[in-house]
Amino acid sequence: MLADQPRAPAHAETMGHPFAPIPYTVRSVVLETPDTTTLVVEPHGDQRIPSSRPGQFVMLYAFGVGEVPIGVAGGNAEGQLIHTVRSAGKVTQALTHLTPGDTVGIRGPYGHGWPVANARGGDVVVVAGGLGMPPLREVVYELFRHRDSFGRVEIVYGARTPKDLVYYNEIQSWRRRDDVRLQVTVDAAGREWYGDVGVVTTRIPDCRFDPPKTTAFVCGPEIMMKLTAQALVERGVKPESTWISMERNMKCAIGLCGHCQFGPSFVCRDGPVFCYRDLAPLLAVREV
Amino acid sequence: MGEVRVGGQYVLDRARFPEFLSALSACGYDVVGPTVRDSAIVYDRIEKLDDLPVGWTDRQDGGKYRLERRSDEALFGYNVGPFSWKRFLFPPRERLWTAEKVEGSFVVRPEPTGGPRLAFLGVRACELAALDMTDKVFQGGPVADPGYRARRARILKVAVQCGQAGGTCFCVSMGTGPGVRSGADLVLTEILSPGPHRFLLEVGTPLGAEVVARLAPPLSSAAKDEEGLARGIVERTAGSMGRRMDTGGIRDLLRTNLEHPRWEIVAARCLSCTNCTMVCPTCFCSSQEEVPSLDAQAVERWRRWDSCYNLAFTELHGTSVRKSGLSRYRQWMTHKLGTWHDQFGTSGCVGCGRCITWCPVGIDLTEEVAAIRASPGTITTKGGSR
Ligand SMILES: Cc1cc2nc3c(=O)[nH]c(=O)nc-3n(C[C@H](O)[C@H](O)[C@H](O)COP(=O)(O)OP(=O)(O)OC[C@H]3O[C@@H](n4cnc5c(N)ncnc54)[C@H](O)[C@@H]3O)c2cc1C
Ligand code: SF4
Ligand code: SF4
Ligand code: FES
Repeated sequence: MLADQPRAPAHAETMGHPFAPIPYTVRSVVLETPDTTTLVVEPHGDQRIPSSRPGQFVMLYAFGVGEVPIGVAGGNAEGQLIHTVRSAGKVTQALTHLTPGDTVGIRGPYGHGWPVANARGGDVVVVAGGLGMPPLREVVYELFRHRDSFGRVEIVYGARTPKDLVYYNEIQSWRRRDDVRLQVTVDAAGREWYGDVGVVTTRIPDCRFDPPKTTAFVCGPEIMMKLTAQALVERGVKPESTWISMERNMKCAIGLCGHCQFGPSFVCRDGPVFCYRDLAPLLAVREV
Repeated sequence: MGEVRVGGQYVLDRARFPEFLSALSACGYDVVGPTVRDSAIVYDRIEKLDDLPVGWTDRQDGGKYRLERRSDEALFGYNVGPFSWKRFLFPPRERLWTAEKVEGSFVVRPEPTGGPRLAFLGVRACELAALDMTDKVFQGGPVADPGYRARRARILKVAVQCGQAGGTCFCVSMGTGPGVRSGADLVLTEILSPGPHRFLLEVGTPLGAEVVARLAPPLSSAAKDEEGLARGIVERTAGSMGRRMDTGGIRDLLRTNLEHPRWEIVAARCLSCTNCTMVCPTCFCSSQEEVPSLDAQAVERWRRWDSCYNLAFTELHGTSVRKSGLSRYRQWMTHKLGTWHDQFGTSGCVGCGRCITWCPVGIDLTEEVAAIRASPGTITTKGGSR
C-alpha cells in the first residue's frame, strides 16, 4: 500500500478543513442548451477530492462569487469531473460563463447516491426530468458496464422543449443499443420535433418492466418526482424500490448549517437520494 | 495544600469569591460570565467580582424581561438572559477561511483556530444540557466543525445550580435541571441563608480540582448539612417552574399533526422576527457569505447565524420552500421538539424559556404543544390526494 500513498499535497494547510475548496482547472466547456453548460474539470495541483459514486454531489465554487451544490455527472480515474450547470442565479451564472483554463473550487463528494447495486437481478427504470439527467448519467453507464446483472432497462427522459434536452448526441448513442429502451419526451414542441410530446409521467404506462421486480431511479423537479413515483407505484413498483433525489438550499453540505432540512432528514447528509417509501408522507405535506 | 478530590464538596465563603476568580485566571482561563448590560444580564468578560450582577434579579414572562434589585447581595440570583454560551463556541459571525489568487489558481488559508482558554462561570443546568446538544451537532457527526471543536476543547465549565426558577423556565419538564447531574468541571450552589452567604462547591473533574487546589488556605470540606441545604434549594427551585410541558410521545404527536389547525392560529401572531432562534442555546443554523476584496484578488469566507424564520433560508429556484409564516413556525417547533430526536437522539429544547421571554408577542411553545395535544388529529393532505 505504501507505494500508492498520495504525495504530500501542495496546499497541505487546506487538508482536513471541511470548508476549504480544492482548486480545479476547467478543461473543456460544452454548451448544452442556451442556459446550461457542461464543464469538465481536473485537479489543478496534487490535491483532489475522493472519487464519487453516482448521485453524489459536490460544492462547486466560483472564486469571489460563492459556492453551490452541483451533482457529479461523471468522472474518470485521473480525477476529472463532469458537471452540468444551469444558469439560475449569481453563482451558477458565473460557473456557466467559465472558459477552459479558468479555475473553480470543489469540495466533496457529499451525500448518498443511487443504490444501483440493489437493482441487480431485476428490471430497472431510470426517469429523468430536465436537469435531473446529469445526476443519473453515471447510473446509466453503471447499468451499461454491468448490463448482464440487470433485467430490462428502461430510460425515460423528459424536458420542457427539445432545446432543453442535455447530452443530446450522447443520448442518441444510447438509442442505438438494443439492450435498453429509451423514451424521450418534451412538454411542448414545434413541427421540427418527431418524438413524443407530453410530460414524463405519461410515458410510465408504456414502460416494459416487471413491476414487483423493478427498481426505479427518478430525478427532476420535486413535483415531477412525486407524480412519477406515484405513477410507478400505481403500476406495482414497490415504494421501497423507488428512489428519488431531493433538492434543498444548501450552505455547508455536511450537516452543520441546517438549511437542507426536510423533516427529520438533512438532505445533504442523509440524501440527496432517498427511498420514496420513507419520504412519501412528508412529500404530501406542503412547505416542509 | 490539601489534596482536592474529584467528587469532593467544599465550602467557599462569599468573601473569598474574588480569590476563586483569581484562581481561575491563575490556571490560565479568561473568565466569561453574567454581567449587566443594556438592562439585561448577558455573558461577557468578568475581571472582578463587581462585574457580576451582584444583588440583581430578573423577572420574566412571555414577551417580558425586567431587571430588579434583590434585597440581598446574591451573585447568581437570577435566571438566563438573552445570551447563551453558544456564542463563544459558535460565534454569531466567524471567518472560516481566506483565499487569494495565485498564478492561474488560488490558495485557501483556513482561519487559525487558536484563542484563549475560557472559563464559563455560572452555567445553568439547562445550559449544560444545551452544550451537550451543540457538541452533538458540531462534533458528534461524521464531520466536525474545526472552529467549534478547537474552542470547545479549551473551556472550563463552572456550573451554578439555580436557587430560583424564572417565569418562563421549564427545565424540569425537559429533564435538564435545575440540579446539575454531569458535564461540569465545578458546580456551585449559592447558599444565602441560614448562616453566612456562601457556596457549596463540588468538584466534577481533574481540571476543576486544579482550580480549587490553587486556593490558599484550602477550602474546608462541606459538612453533611450543607449538602442537605443545597439539595433543598434545588428541590425548591424545581417546585416553582414558571412553565411546564408534557413531553410524552411528543415526537410522534408533532409528526402526525403537521396540518393541525393550531399552526394557523400561532402563525397569525408570529412576526418571523427570528428572535427565538437567536436566543435559543441550541439553534445552530448558519449561512456562509463570500466577501471579495476590492481588486477581486482575495476573498474572505464568513459564516453567520441564520434562522429558519428567514424567507431566504429555503430559497430554491428563485422562490422559497417555506413561504408561509405557518411553515416556518412549524419548522422551528417541530425541529426543536420533534425531529431533533431523529437527528441527534435527544430533544432540541432544554426548557430554558428564552424563546418565550424574548418573543415580542409572547408566543409560548409550551402553550402550543398543549393546544395540539388537546385535540390531536392525524396527518392529512389539504388536497386530499392520499
Ligand atoms: C444536491 C443538489 C444537486 C444539484 N445539482 C445540480 C446540477 O447538477 N446542476 C445544476 O445546474 N444545478 C444543480 N443544483 C441546483 C443548484 O445548486 C442551484 O441552481 C444553485 O444553488 C443556484 O444558485 P445561484 O447562486 O446560481 O442562484 P441564486 O438564485 O442567486 O441563489 C440564491 C440562493 O439560493 C440557493 N439556491 C437557489 N436555487 C437552488 C437550488 N435549486 N438548489 C439549491 N440551492 C439553491 C443558492 O445556493 C443561494 O443560496 C443542485 C442542487 C442540489 C441541492
Ligand atoms: S429551529 Fe430553525 S434555526 Fe433552530 S436549529 Fe432548527 S432549523 Fe435551525
Ligand atoms: S426552544 Fe426555547 S425553551 Fe427550548 S431551549 Fe430553545 S430557547 Fe430554550
Ligand atoms: S447543507 Fe448544511 S446541513 Fe445540509
